[in-house]
Amino acid sequence: MVQTLGEKATREVFGPTLVRLQQAGLDIVCVDADLGYSTSAVKFGEVFPERFFPVGVAEQNMIGVAAGLAACGKVAFCSSFAVFAPGHCFDQLRMAVAQPKTNVKLFASHAGIVTGEDGASAEALEDLALMLSMPPFRVLFPADAVECEQAIEVAARTDGPFYIRALRPKTPIIFDDKYKFELGKWPVLHEGNDVTLIACGELVVSALEAADLLAKDGVQARVLNASSLRPMDHDALMAAANETGAIVTAEDHFIFGGLGTIVSQALAMERPTPVECVGMKERYGTSGTWKELLKYFEMTPEAIAQAARNVITRKSA
Amino acid sequence: MAQPQTVSIDELKEIARRVRRHILEMTSQVNSGHPGGTLSSVEIVTALYFAIMRHDPKNPTMPERDRFVMSKGHATPVLYGVVAEAGYFPVEELMTFRRLESRLQGHTVMGKPAGIEMTAGALGMGLSFSLGQALAGRLDGLPYNVFCLLSDGDSQEGQTWEAIMSAAHHKVGNLVAIVDRNHIQNDGYSDFQRFPGGGDRPDHIPGGWVLPDGHTANIMNLEPLEDKWKAFGWKTWHLDDGHDFRKLIDVLNEAKAYSDGPAVVICETIKGKGVSFMENNPDYHGKAASPEQLKQALQELGFEA
Repeated sequence: MVQTLGEKATREVFGPTLVRLQQAGLDIVCVDADLGYSTSAVKFGEVFPERFFPVGVAEQNMIGVAAGLAACGKVAFCSSFAVFAPGHCFDQLRMAVAQPKTNVKLFASHAGIVTGEDGASAEALEDLALMLSMPPFRVLFPADAVECEQAIEVAARTDGPFYIRALRPKTPIIFDDKYKFELGKWPVLHEGNDVTLIACGELVVSALEAADLLAKDGVQARVLNASSLRPMDHDALMAAANETGAIVTAEDHFIFGGLGTIVSQALAMERPTPVECVGMKERYGTSGTWKELLKYFEMTPEAIAQAARNVITRKSA
Repeated sequence: MAQPQTVSIDELKEIARRVRRHILEMTSQVNSGHPGGTLSSVEIVTALYFAIMRHDPKNPTMPERDRFVMSKGHATPVLYGVVAEAGYFPVEELMTFRRLESRLQGHTVMGKPAGIEMTAGALGMGLSFSLGQALAGRLDGLPYNVFCLLSDGDSQEGQTWEAIMSAAHHKVGNLVAIVDRNHIQNDGYSDFQRFPGGGDRPDHIPGGWVLPDGHTANIMNLEPLEDKWKAFGWKTWHLDDGHDFRKLIDVLNEAKAYSDGPAVVICETIKGKGVSFMENNPDYHGKAASPEQLKQALQELGFEA
């Protein structure tokens, strides 16, 4: 059984973490496009009203204003839902943030199929592809609220563009205070040498559960937490390829342009290895509870375990 | 902190004449670039750097400097030409414009060279960025002003109106927008004021239409532009001649002094100003002068070709 320590939505830590960091002496501002209640940005606005700038439902302007603030020395956070930012403002992220490398941090909540009942229009399945297409962006998808808080702090203390992907539902907490998030590291959460399961976001828990299922069949699966999609952990990936010879990726996103793509590309270029990708395939999402949707679109521990069995059969003799 | 210099109108006119030569030579030597909308902005940008803004070419990133943000990023040669004349870098470097490994890129890049505030080239982004800079100045208690230059095309981008709305909402008194209203854009005429027979608008065609010469007429009519800014909560001025230094300096000083909220100066200008065959001609929005045309243009400006 995977040990969990309660539940919390990753989006809930955003505002409170900014408050703590501003109190610790950083020069933080937050630009908001009328979703600050949902992203918890308002928690920062309550404590630091002079540093909180609502711009209304205007995501393009939000990014531009944040870039201008960053150009004057501020650590400029902004937040919205992932369908709106980057969805509404890709060009602004490209021109005002990525190219000049301004110190802007976009915290995007309500990503992925688990946004749930709001349906397809609200379920961002493309945001990682958009953000990974701009090399200056560090792209993070924390596995739980503990890691998310640390990721926000690393983003605040590291100069340059960041994208942090967060989720609507309360998901299991799997890390305790001793866990330490590091940029560009994919820590091993479960040891094994038969196959490697590389997951990000809420599917990290599912990958750990898949490893338990596989263990019952005598298959020892390694599990990596790929919360740092850029920079990625090249060494951990190559070690996984060399030592286990088969890879499964799992992400709540289209399998095009996200984790599955960056893993497959790196392996194809350096160390060709069989890969199976778990994630959203040809279809857009639909309404339902988040747990129903993960089953409906085959992003469960069982689906990850089955992908592992499949990829193991493709290992070269 | 360098204060605005005391420069006579005659000196400003002479600087503007040299900047026009730079623009024509820069674009001609690389046979690309956007001379039309660059020539229309010459007096505006020259006035800002030589008579309005507090800035220091020797200390181009000092926190308390006035900031100039050029949203119409395709007009980059006017900015490079003016800051070179102001002493930010040697004028000889201008001829590296658009060349491999030059700091002087086809569209402006933040910090290249130091003092260039924003990466631009996609329209509609400058006013949001300027608002961010204005808000930072207020938060930090720094008394600088931000000047943002917009084009007709900028005025059609939705983001510009998002920024107009939010700048008034936040009551920034240190932000001045300037619209270079030359009425011409990439495909032709923004409205029906600047082409021959423009008044004979065919009633049966709503929106724009293609003229016999291939240009599009009435691409997106912006009028009544001043009323729109006013309705969004800005203090407005409409200047009938954006090439008249005396008028420009007066109105820009008024706009700069206004501190109850954001201020905009809409300047009527002429695309391609100063070169007979480029004036009001959409063909030179994105086309450089040929070597023969360059010779003629420089003669018209009073230079020995």
